[in-house]
Amino acid sequence: MLSNAIKSIETPAVEEARRVMAICNACRYCEGFCAVFPAMESRRELATADLGYLANLCHNCTACYHACQYAPPHEFSLNLPGVLAEVRAETYEKYAWPAPFAKLFRRNGAIVSMLAAFSIALILLLTFVLQDPEVLFAEHTGAGAFYKIIGHGVIATVAGSILLYSTLALAVGFVKFWRDGIYQLSDVARPASLLGAIKDVATLKYLGGGHGDGCNTKDESFSNQRRAYHQLMMWGYILCFGATSAAAAYEYGFGWIAPYPFFSLPVLLGTLGGVGLLIGPAGLVWVKLQSDPQPMLVQQFGMDYAFLALLFFISLTGFLLLGLRATSAMGVLLALHLGFVLALFLVLPYSKFVHAVYRFAALIRFGLEERREPAKDAFS
Amino acid sequence: MAGFPRHVDVVVVGGGNAALCAAISAREAGADVLVLEHAYKAMRGGNSRHTRNLRAMHRAPTATLTGSYSEEEYWQDLFRVTEGNTNERLARMMIRKSAELLDWLGERGVRFQPALRGTLSLGRTNAFFLGGGRALVNALYLTAEKLGIKVFYDTEVRELDIEDGVFRSAKVVSRGFAYEVQADAVVVASGGFQANIDWMKEAWGDAAGNFIIRGTPYNRGRILKDLMAKGVKTVGDPAQCHAVAIDARAPEFDGGIVTRLDCVCFSIVVNKDGQRFYDEGEDFWPKRYAIWGRLVARQPKQIGYAIIDAKVVGNFMPSVFPPIEADTIVGLAGLLGLDPLALERTVAEFNAAVKHGTYNSDALDDCCTEGIQPPKTHWALPLDVPPYYAYPLRPGITFTYLGVKVNEKAQVLLDTGVASKNIYATGEIMAGNILGKGYCAGTGMSIGSVFGRIAGEEAACSPMQ
Repeated sequence: MLSNAIKSIETPAVEEARRVMAICNACRYCEGFCAVFPAMESRRELATADLGYLANLCHNCTACYHACQYAPPHEFSLNLPGVLAEVRAETYEKYAWPAPFAKLFRRNGAIVSMLAAFSIALILLLTFVLQDPEVLFAEHTGAGAFYKIIGHGVIATVAGSILLYSTLALAVGFVKFWRDGIYQLSDVARPASLLGAIKDVATLKYLGGGHGDGCNTKDESFSNQRRAYHQLMMWGYILCFGATSAAAAYEYGFGWIAPYPFFSLPVLLGTLGGVGLLIGPAGLVWVKLQSDPQPMLVQQFGMDYAFLALLFFISLTGFLLLGLRATSAMGVLLALHLGFVLALFLVLPYSKFVHAVYRFAALIRFGLEERREPAKDAFS
Repeated sequence: MAGFPRHVDVVVVGGGNAALCAAISAREAGADVLVLEHAYKAMRGGNSRHTRNLRAMHRAPTATLTGSYSEEEYWQDLFRVTEGNTNERLARMMIRKSAELLDWLGERGVRFQPALRGTLSLGRTNAFFLGGGRALVNALYLTAEKLGIKVFYDTEVRELDIEDGVFRSAKVVSRGFAYEVQADAVVVASGGFQANIDWMKEAWGDAAGNFIIRGTPYNRGRILKDLMAKGVKTVGDPAQCHAVAIDARAPEFDGGIVTRLDCVCFSIVVNKDGQRFYDEGEDFWPKRYAIWGRLVARQPKQIGYAIIDAKVVGNFMPSVFPPIEADTIVGLAGLLGLDPLALERTVAEFNAAVKHGTYNSDALDDCCTEGIQPPKTHWALPLDVPPYYAYPLRPGITFTYLGVKVNEKAQVLLDTGVASKNIYATGEIMAGNILGKGYCAGTGMSIGSVFGRIAGEEAACSPMQ
């Protein structure tokens, strides 16, 4: 009776995922593709939380869909990547913190776009209102040039508190996701599984299709395009984060105040990363536009496109700023650039970015399961 | 897509693994090749789309196969399962050439699984396709496209124009329109006739109406019948087919691997009258599943019910269809539409006959019955822990054995005893030359690939050109 009661409150996506996986589990032809299949095969019963874990383990490479003899139009109509994408989207809401903000994942494309627009408008407006136009449109060079437009205290306080909030929200999401599984929080730090997961992420192993030739996009042929563009974006993002950290170290460690010359660590890292953040997101949009939408979640494309566009424009305005920082356009470009950056960190915990958090957690858990690390009983 | 061609060098009838191996070989040998696949694109590939591996001889471990598998051992395995219903010369040639297949297919885009997890212990003899048969079929079609082979889907070959054993042209219906295409040679790779229920009824009577076809609905044997009528020699028992017991709730066609049931040896199996009819525990299921299709086919209405109790549920692979469940045997009989008294009596007699032993699902244990017919010789446990579960069983037909006789060049042999100059065959339509009876996992794909390659090469330089 209890199980019936639980079943009745389950979403159609979870019920469909369970139906599909019962057939997958009896077939098992796809077990060489990725981690989802061995993780699925090791379970006889699939609890809702397990499905959330498997859904986040899935990288949507769609190899299994194109190899499936039961895919539509077969009457079994199996579409595992499609239904896992739906379940995955539901986990983003389930683990969002604070809970009321979960709704931001619905119509996420519109919300992220609006927020970006408001952030830019806000910073531009404040700059115009608070700053003397003569200062704003003047040429500034030398140390502290940026802070003449927007005060150091404002940047430090606003950026610091938003970054802190976003990090906290993402961390709580991670913990909520992890607590739904069988392992303790301390198990995250076990070196073998943690290093394995880092390696899987660094190489994007599971966008390789199980054979290294890449995933399916438009049809049954394989391509490493998606993996390559995602690598450019991911490493671009990491390098830009590195650039910001280096700048902070320069300022607080050495007392060197921005802007920095081109051949300085922050600018070199930022330029390199910025190139990745231009090509990567643009390439991913291009790949997505020609993808077979069947095994994907079309309703989520808005979220994907909005996030990719945000990264692209941060990089674009960053380059404009770098190129024109010695001119009178610097003031407006700085406000524009910081507007995009503000939007990114505001929406980070309620954007496509969360996939990185949950997928990383899922990969760590998979590593633990593969190594048969003993799990504590969930109810003890 | 371009208009339908009127003349090509080689026309290939069928669109599964064997057909594509032939088409690719012929194209690589320089021929202009046309592949005619009856299915539409999403369902292309014949029974190959349901396959999983192929059996390959190898002298040393490879990337995908452990140990070694010699010609002699392979031959002995074939001889054993076919009980001698094979052709040693053809079989040994196929075995030797199977050693080249992993490289050959690999170079043409087919990917294999490095090592197999799970329960099947075939890692030494059989190479598993990464993603299964449909992934293999996809890879071969991609290669065919790249090579410039013309592929037409939704295109049925209705008839071959044959004069004195020489092929002239093929009459086809492509996407609703009739065409005739001339070619210098034809490779027939259109499978068996198991999906042709009327033909199946010739051998099995009305019972065939209750058979489930595990693979493609397109294998209707139209060209096989055409060749037989035009003086081509056949091989294999026309009444026999590879029949396994599968879940009766499977779809009529194309249910594939997931409809199998692994519970029989842990169950008692009763027929429509609630009576047992064969020793369920005779041997391990992988060694017995292929006889159960025929056993069930001989029962009234071609249906059986495997019944287990709660004790043994975890002993076999999960099935796609949930079992039918009841707290009592009588209740279960009601759900199955069986006579409750008859089923209760059968279970009571069985339970009383069970001799106490040491149960071990991984070995041929000593749990057996005494004093009933038929006995259950292993894994016999009384059915006494509710709830009780039932899985309905029907015969599931994998392929038919009747085919055309071929020589080492994959040429079909005519009734006159000579080989046709330009008609070649590969795949299920000629597998009976080697597999006259029984089955040995992964051999069908090896036969199709080896003879496909030969047929393609030979057809590309057939004497007509």
